[in-house]
Amino acid sequence: MAYPPAARSSPPRQPSVKVILASADVQRVVDRIAHQILEKTQGAADTVLLGIPTRGAPLARRLASRISTFEDIAVPVGVLDITLYRDDLRRHATRAIGPTQVPTGGIDGKRVILVDDVLFSGRTVRAALDALNDVGRPASVQLAVLVDRGHRELPIRADYVGKNIPTSLAESVKVTLAETDGADEVKLYGGTR
Amino acid sequence: MIKHLLSGGDLDADAATEILDTAAEMATVAGREIKKLPALRGRTVVNLFYEDSTRTRISFEAAAKRLSADVINFSAKGSSVTKGESLKDTALTLQAMGADAVVVRHPASGAPHRLANWVDGSVVNAGDGTHEHPTQALLDAYTMRSRLGRLAGLSVAVVGDVLHSRVARSNVLLLSTLGAKVTLVGPPTLIPVDIAAALAPGTDVSYDLDSALPNVDVVMMLRVQRERMNDSYFPSAREYARRYGLDGPRMRRLPEHAIVMHPGPMNRGMEITPEVADSPRSTIVEQVTNGVSVRMAVLYLLLGGNNR
Repeated sequence: MAYPPAARSSPPRQPSVKVILASADVQRVVDRIAHQILEKTQGAADTVLLGIPTRGAPLARRLASRISTFEDIAVPVGVLDITLYRDDLRRHATRAIGPTQVPTGGIDGKRVILVDDVLFSGRTVRAALDALNDVGRPASVQLAVLVDRGHRELPIRADYVGKNIPTSLAESVKVTLAETDGADEVKLYGGTR
Repeated sequence: MIKHLLSGGDLDADAATEILDTAAEMATVAGREIKKLPALRGRTVVNLFYEDSTRTRISFEAAAKRLSADVINFSAKGSSVTKGESLKDTALTLQAMGADAVVVRHPASGAPHRLANWVDGSVVNAGDGTHEHPTQALLDAYTMRSRLGRLAGLSVAVVGDVLHSRVARSNVLLLSTLGAKVTLVGPPTLIPVDIAAALAPGTDVSYDLDSALPNVDVVMMLRVQRERMNDSYFPSAREYARRYGLDGPRMRRLPEHAIVMHPGPMNRGMEITPEVADSPRSTIVEQVTNGVSVRMAVLYLLLGGNNR
């Protein structure tokens, strides 16, 4: 005998939203990463910034422009699309592929800094390393991310981290940028707290 | 994305544009030292060719291999087809071997459509009889877009043996979807009555090449398919060449920016003179290069994801 489902005593809980970084914070964080890159690479010589679409690409351009403001150094910037290198390509409907733009001069023998918005499982970065392998042979590869939210599934870590955000797997982190979404912000959408 | 690519009319404007945009990204791979992408690793593509072909088969093979798919080439000559095996039995054999996609060329119009009902994988029509050749139309559209910057509003003359041309049919369907205006030009014996209205309303027909030339952005010359001609459609090759062949003087009457295309293989001296074929306006070699990128895009979009 089937019972009708019990009426819920309370309305479904609204997922909580928390602003982690506001617009000015995002700018400060990008400035700091730019300084750290300059410090750690002794002036960003032979360095190439490659952004991973979608939001890694404008972040890489911002870092380059901050670096040129701080030290008057022009760092080549490019875009590295990783769609065709994803390990979950076959689990989803076909994804549209994005542009890959390798700066003139290439990446052979250079220090490549991959730039992405959120570091999570590490699978995107693994795919990016594979993609990089087909584009050239850099001298070394580093990783810069705006947000590290933990929960790595692969042995990958970032060299430059804007903000460490401890999260639970039920939560999600959403980065918006002026170039792609109209405003700079990092938000944490909550599971149950 | 659709499951099969059988006709130039299978694609709406968005799907066709997605293929062309994807092809543009695939083209950048050709400029790299390592011309290989892992997207179709572990997938099997069968090239099932019941008719002779050079560029289409090699182009599909190169495209599949650049995407890391396994390629099995099948040509009717030297296979069980000569022992009398039917298309259906051959298809079921391929099915049993686990083909994820079948690229098929067949002398019978409609064969790929039949095949699509028999196999689980995707079917790509690589030319069926005098019917359709959709990837050729896509690579032609890609070439026009990359040379002239746009497709909407272009005026395209498709000249010659329209009757036997699958390239013409697929091009009319695809180009009209993408907003170009097509004029079919040729002798009345080689342009089926009512073909324009049957394929795409808005398509024009002209029997006079010289009057069509000054107003076009693209001239697409078709091969005179003598192997399919069992009637006399025109008095002589010389007369055909004089009235419908593209030679130097005719090419100079084209607008400054206009390009000359040919799907190949060419009958030099018949529908096109060597002077035109080898001129900077000719995109014939470019079309072959673009063919690989476009077929990579088609294979990726059909097989890359979980579209079942």
